[in-house]
Amino acid sequence: MKKLLLATAAGALLAGAAGAEEIKLGVSLGFTGPLESMAPAMQQGAEMAMKEVSDSGLLMDGSTVVSVTGDSTCIDAAAATATVERLIAAEGVKGIMGGMCSGETIASLENVAKANGMVMISPSATSPALTTIEDDGLFFRTAPSDARQGDVMADIVMDHGIETVAVTYTNNDYGKGLADSFANAFEEKGGTVTVNSAHDDGKGDYSAEVAALAAAGGDALVVVGYVDQGGSGVVRAALDTGAFETFVFPDGMVGSALEENFGSEIDGSFGQNPAADGPGRETFLSMATEAGFDGSGAFSGEAYDAAALMLLAMAKSGSSDPATYKGSVMDVANAPGEEILPGELAKALEIINGGGDVDYVGATAVELIEPGESSGTYREIEFKDGKMEIVGYR
Amino acid sequence: MDFLNALVVFLNFVFIPAAAYGAQLALGALGVTLVYGILRFSNFAHGDTMAFGTAVVILVTWGLQAMGISLGPLPTALLALPFGIAATAMLVLLTDKAVYKFYRVKKAAPIILVMASVGVMFVMNGLTRLLIGVSEYRFDDGERFIINVRDFREWSGLPEGLALRSTQALTLVVAVIVVIALFYFLNRTKSGKAMRAYSDNEDLALLSGIDPERVVRMTWIIAASLATIAGTLYGLDKSFKAFNYFQILMPIFAAAIVGGLGNPLGAIAGGFLVAFSEVAVTYPWVKIVGYIAPWYEPSGLMQLLGTEYKFAVSFVILIVVLLFRPTGLFRGKSA
Repeated sequence: MKKLLLATAAGALLAGAAGAEEIKLGVSLGFTGPLESMAPAMQQGAEMAMKEVSDSGLLMDGSTVVSVTGDSTCIDAAAATATVERLIAAEGVKGIMGGMCSGETIASLENVAKANGMVMISPSATSPALTTIEDDGLFFRTAPSDARQGDVMADIVMDHGIETVAVTYTNNDYGKGLADSFANAFEEKGGTVTVNSAHDDGKGDYSAEVAALAAAGGDALVVVGYVDQGGSGVVRAALDTGAFETFVFPDGMVGSALEENFGSEIDGSFGQNPAADGPGRETFLSMATEAGFDGSGAFSGEAYDAAALMLLAMAKSGSSDPATYKGSVMDVANAPGEEILPGELAKALEIINGGGDVDYVGATAVELIEPGESSGTYREIEFKDGKMEIVGYR
Repeated sequence: MDFLNALVVFLNFVFIPAAAYGAQLALGALGVTLVYGILRFSNFAHGDTMAFGTAVVILVTWGLQAMGISLGPLPTALLALPFGIAATAMLVLLTDKAVYKFYRVKKAAPIILVMASVGVMFVMNGLTRLLIGVSEYRFDDGERFIINVRDFREWSGLPEGLALRSTQALTLVVAVIVVIALFYFLNRTKSGKAMRAYSDNEDLALLSGIDPERVVRMTWIIAASLATIAGTLYGLDKSFKAFNYFQILMPIFAAAIVGGLGNPLGAIAGGFLVAFSEVAVTYPWVKIVGYIAPWYEPSGLMQLLGTEYKFAVSFVILIVVLLFRPTGLFRGKSA
């Protein structure tokens, strides 16, 4: 304790003397809970960006960045709120990389971050509710909203010349949120959704559900479910009874299991899942391997990007004060300016210090749209001869 | 033409699925009703007996497939059925010796046996999961369809398709064979008559020289066979997942009670009644009505209940029957 006090005192002295400081960033992720297996790779992704910036010595006259982790649990909003409270009040962090899941993120943003004027950048909360939330300009995310996926999916369906669809979704927040956003987007574009009904996972038989969908009719069936769960059961029953021949698969369904389960029976069906393409991802993966973790883990690249964005915004505004740098996040994330890939944070800082503009691309091709979330790149797939083929990105 | 279309839709989405499901429920209800009629308690472990039997059948099926043995167009599981029945019969006989016999000798009240069977249910539950796991398995092989949607459309020229899966047809055929065999056994053979005598009056049966232990043993073996056959057919038609067998216990009991507990004929009628009600009540009739009465344009789907409430249907039937005709449609024994 004594040592810590001494170190803090010394740090304070140093900061006062040189203008450089030790910036603490909070990392609030669900280290325990239903997504605990994903959290470590996300933490390491974020810390890799912090280390890169610290090592460059270019952030605000050589400031260094350290991470302080907290457990958001993913499902317990009260625990997440307490964690973020601790990070801000006790640890004095200058920004929060988190939270992980949508519900928990909403709670800590509304209860703590807004009250303290703290910036939060979430790598993985996808709920459409976070788009419309009143956030005082403090909340950003490097993950796309499911509203965006609904929109993209509606475009893809339209481009296939299909104008009436039936929708079935898995009976939870993900399924309902995505199905509703798709239905809204599709109807806005002039399509017709004949029915939008739920199915429960883990049943032996989906013929009753499919009978209902078939009675409503449609040229294709949109299956917002899980490929290892009821989603495949619905497709099976629909194929067996001849109710539908064309299916639309969002991210929860796109997997190699589809090929194994149905082969050429679903030829002509199509779908999409989020996937950043391009050089940024490759670079990030090899950097992660070098640093000793698996960068292909879900949302690891998004976590790197979230931390990097926060630090670049600090450099841009010349301050680690959230109230000041929150205005620069969108600025560094988007054009105009030099494109910045992972591993080029030092270069970005040099440009910023020289008064130039940067356009952060990062590991996941970041492009922030109002009100501060990733526009999201989706991979469009199609089934041909029993194989899943990538037909493009949008 | 429109009438034909309506008929095809009805067959495809209502009649065929409900008939196959009804046959599965009827076989399950027969086992429940037999145990009730002769051993005089509601066997709550019946659903998990079905699961256990099916699990053994699946394991043997995999073994046969690995050896390259198959039945051609029929599912290999049919070959594995005798093994499953034997293993399940052994298990229920052991259970009878270890659990039920103790209470039977003490002439315990039926409710005590029912509670004991709930305990047995949980043990079998675990046993099945240890044996095969909790995941979902599909073990049907051979021809999938007798009538295929695409072929039917080409053949008939109708816009609506009709599918008849081989497992659905198989379920009905096997169910008919099993029911005929069971009724022949109960009505024409000496052992069957002994069982019915024991069911009617235990003491009188004892006086006329019927060995009660033998009757009990036979009852269990038949119940185990029915459970394994019903479980395997259900698994072939849909898919095997241990938990689903726990869930169909409710419709099975509803079927047995609606038909009249202890009455085999009632169990069959009850099975089909429950199945057809479940499907008919949750089916949206808009398409069929659209074909028959095109001038009438309903705004909704014409669905009485959402498909989520499927299981509720059997409970409603159960309550109505218990309120107005407690002994069931076919006058079974009332508890």
